[in-house]
Amino acid sequence: MSCPWSKFGAALLCLASLLVFPGRSHAQENYFITYTQHMEEPGNLEISTKFVNGFPKAGNSFLANSTEFEIGLKTWWTTEIYLDSQTTANESSVFTGFRFENRFRPLLKEHWINPVLYVEFENINGANKSLLEVVGHDGIGDFLERNDRSEKKREVELKLILGSNFKGWNVSENFIAEKNIKNDPWEFGYAVAVSRPLALAASPNPCKLCRENFTLGAELYGGLGERYSFGLHDTSHYLAPTLAYYLPGGPTFTISPAAGLNSNSHGFLMRFGVTYEIDQFFSRLRGKK
Amino acid sequence: MTNLKRMLLFAGLALGATLLFASVGDGAWMDKVPEKDRSRQNPFDSQSDAVAAGAKLFHQNCASCHGSEAAGKYNHPDLHSEHIRNATPGQLEWLLKNGSMKNGMPPWSRLPEQQRWQIVSFLKSLQ
Repeated sequence: MSCPWSKFGAALLCLASLLVFPGRSHAQENYFITYTQHMEEPGNLEISTKFVNGFPKAGNSFLANSTEFEIGLKTWWTTEIYLDSQTTANESSVFTGFRFENRFRPLLKEHWINPVLYVEFENINGANKSLLEVVGHDGIGDFLERNDRSEKKREVELKLILGSNFKGWNVSENFIAEKNIKNDPWEFGYAVAVSRPLALAASPNPCKLCRENFTLGAELYGGLGERYSFGLHDTSHYLAPTLAYYLPGGPTFTISPAAGLNSNSHGFLMRFGVTYEIDQFFSRLRGKK
Repeated sequence: MTNLKRMLLFAGLALGATLLFASVGDGAWMDKVPEKDRSRQNPFDSQSDAVAAGAKLFHQNCASCHGSEAAGKYNHPDLHSEHIRNATPGQLEWLLKNGSMKNGMPPWSRLPEQQRWQIVSFLKSLQ
């Protein structure tokens, strides 16, 4: 099958939204895998597209995409939907499923460490290469087979997200538990990240390339086995520096080259993304003043 | 439970919720600020550039809800209010850091503390 309609539909919707609803807010995407405690502002719509480019030596290189629509329903509740697709060289371009996720922040004030509860339902197929999380015994072996959409995966994913801000630094930790709704065991994973803007105070002058618009960080993520074989044996792990650039009044650009840390990992993954936030989307739709 | 008891319970809950939200909208958050935060001084107080930097940050992060003139928008509060005028810089910085999540104001802890103080400088310049 050639490029899926959903990809074009999502792209058209994004473009139309950008033209009709100019945004202003600063999107809060600093990382690709790790979630922070920060929620979407109520009423805002964030549209994000993330790519991961992989080059397995024993297989065909691929470019996978996840397009995300994130809505702040309440200050303590964010909901989002992802549409996944991928292109593999010498094989095909396929739609690989969707994800529906919700994040809840139980504590309504800022603490030294802030928990967020995450619940996701995934309806994806065996050709999915989005690598939005690494769990269980996920590894490069999963990427060497030819694109096959016959395997359906309906999975529930739970995360405990912990986040702290201290002297301009953000430190975030995610603990992941994922289960195929069929009779497969729970799989586990982790992601930790740290980041800091290049300048803590804003400059008084309007500028596109001010240091405070750049955030530098690093992520570490990987699998922790499954219920009957918990641990690091036969798992994959990655270390990735991250750079986010916020263009004032425009999108946020992110880039992250990831290095695999063991032989079960991809040697190198290149991630890049663009995020655009539309302020008070629903109030604007309703024409509210 | 009789119908009368149910009605009384419902009326009590409705009244309680009304009073709660009325108190939050009435600047009740100011009383929740701990004393050590309330008395904090703005480190950018004497710096002339802080208001300009704060205005820039305000337009990037706050104007979508509060309007570019800070006069309120989409039912979000006008910041030229008496509550903001009477609040200490420490109270405003505490509000930016913690938000008032029951009232729809998210925490802005993702902004570094220095930037929150710069926004406080701007808010105080409005009065």
